Amino acid sequence: MELLVATAIGIMTAAGLYLVMRLRSFPVILGIALLTYAVNVFLFASGRLSVGAPPILRDGVEVYADPLPQALVLTAIVISFGMTAVVVMIALGAYLGSSDDSVNDAETDEDETEGAT
Amino acid sequence: MTHWLIAPVILPAMLAPFIVLAARYHIGIQRVFSVAGVLMQIAIALGLAWQASDGTVTLYQLGDWAAPFGIVLVGDRLSTLMVLLTATLALFVLLYAIGSGWDNRGRHFHALYQFQLMGIMGAFLTGDLFNLFVFFEVLLIASYGLMIHAGGKARLKAGVQYVLFNLLGSTLFLFALGAIYAETGTLNMADLAERVALVDPSETVGIRLAATLLLLVFAIKAALVPLHFWLPSSYAEAPAPVAALFAIMTKVGAYAIIRVYTLVFSPEVEVTAGLHGTWLLPAALVSLAIGMIGVLGAKKLDRLVAYSVIGSMGMVMVAISIFTQVSISAALYYIVHSTLAGAALFLIADLTRAGRAHLNLTLAPPIAGAALTSAMFFVAAIAMAGLPPLSGFLGKLMLLNAAFETPAMAWVFAVVLISSLISVVGFARAGSVMYWKAKSVEPEPLQDGQEAPEAPSILSYVSVGGLIGMLALYTAFAGYTHDYMTATSKQLFAPEPYISTVVDTPGKLTRDKVTKEAKDAE
Repeated sequence: MELLVATAIGIMTAAGLYLVMRLRSFPVILGIALLTYAVNVFLFASGRLSVGAPPILRDGVEVYADPLPQALVLTAIVISFGMTAVVVMIALGAYLGSSDDSVNDAETDEDETEGAT
Repeated sequence: MTHWLIAPVILPAMLAPFIVLAARYHIGIQRVFSVAGVLMQIAIALGLAWQASDGTVTLYQLGDWAAPFGIVLVGDRLSTLMVLLTATLALFVLLYAIGSGWDNRGRHFHALYQFQLMGIMGAFLTGDLFNLFVFFEVLLIASYGLMIHAGGKARLKAGVQYVLFNLLGSTLFLFALGAIYAETGTLNMADLAERVALVDPSETVGIRLAATLLLLVFAIKAALVPLHFWLPSSYAEAPAPVAALFAIMTKVGAYAIIRVYTLVFSPEVEVTAGLHGTWLLPAALVSLAIGMIGVLGAKKLDRLVAYSVIGSMGMVMVAISIFTQVSISAALYYIVHSTLAGAALFLIADLTRAGRAHLNLTLAPPIAGAALTSAMFFVAAIAMAGLPPLSGFLGKLMLLNAAFETPAMAWVFAVVLISSLISVVGFARAGSVMYWKAKSVEPEPLQDGQEAPEAPSILSYVSVGGLIGMLALYTAFAGYTHDYMTATSKQLFAPEPYISTVVDTPGKLTRDKVTKEAKDAE
């Protein structure tokens, strides 16, 4: 199970990084979404993987799942969800304003200096 | 237990929704509440700094839960100093935003401003790493809104970059936190300090990885080369008061490095030894060099200021990476100085922008009110470039003094001194093109119906003058502040009172002897 989870995290991170490096806003946002999935699973696994173990102390149970990573993941999911919504809105605004969805700013720099001289 | 320690977080958290909900369409009421809020912040921060100035560490347990089960806020000399610095900066920047009318060029400036302050204050006060992440996100999400305040094509584009870069940084932060939790089972900084010291030296891969990841995250926030790419365009395109407030944001990264690497991963801890000297120092020297070369090479005044911020962060990081008590106190002195000087320069660039169509470093007719603006630029540039008599020079002197005993002394001296020269040339060039040679250009005659640009309002001048006055005061009382920074640094290098205050203060679920023994048995 550890191998499976680790591979999943690795593949998602790799795919996310690849998409981020495309430098166009839609793939970059998708890539960041993938990266946040990867980090959520990673955080979840940081409390050790266990199947069918209760996270709350109870009589007669020996093996417990660590409840803290679950709380951390919940916080991380909420935050990353909100952040993704914000970045989608800002990217949409930038795209509609300049009809260009490239994330790199090298070209706009040149345009500005050319326009000024 | 008094509740004052959480007041810097609670106050803006209450004010911001009030401003959004009750004063939505009344810019006057928004301004009154925002300024009143910041003034109260300063009063609270002064009280907290006074309380911490004799070396006491105050603790606030949220919900009365004992650490490490609950989240704690901790106020020691360093935290309260940074809170006071933030509140002071926030007042002048807010006055400028009101005086220049920036706050009225888009919606919700004041509410976002308060949320931003909430995040910064929380990041300085928290004693828990995951809580630090949450406060980082609070300050970031407010900064996204402030960054694109008043809109515009170039600003939105820079905003997208800024948000994406910070989202990547946040993801990295979570990876680091997950790794730390997996290795130690705690995220409370004081508790972590105890447990990291217990890690078996033969099994340090995980904790070393986590410490390095954490350093990377804070280096992104501190805009350390090669992780600085987000800074120049976002600071240059952000509205001027926002860029001035952002001057404290890079310091949040520097603060986090100082806090975590003195408390948790201190140089004495075997598992993470050698991290600062091997990686941080070269990166810091390169940042210093690149920042100052950027000052010389910039084609626009706002970019120039942004690069000077990178350079000054490089200076701070050089001092941090030497990592002795003397060098950390030099870093603290330089942090306060460069925050004030950087913010003043961003505001002065905006005063200049008000009088001319663009900020390109090309000849243009003189701006309205050029005499006062250029005088202020002169003073702020002297401070930023580190020429005597202002505080930048003193900070640099302290840094060089601290570098004497290190093996990398030659490198530090060479880079610091040469980059200072470069930045002096860069600032002198910008100032002479912007303000001095402008006299030689005849202003174009005004067209019909075209009005001459107005001089900036008095309040704008007062707020920038206030920042420069703070710099002058900071220089004049350098003896006293230097003693205070030394005491702060001393407290950082003797973290036992901090740790025992956090871990041993009783609360709900206090770690009593029985559970401690049970843990040891595990």
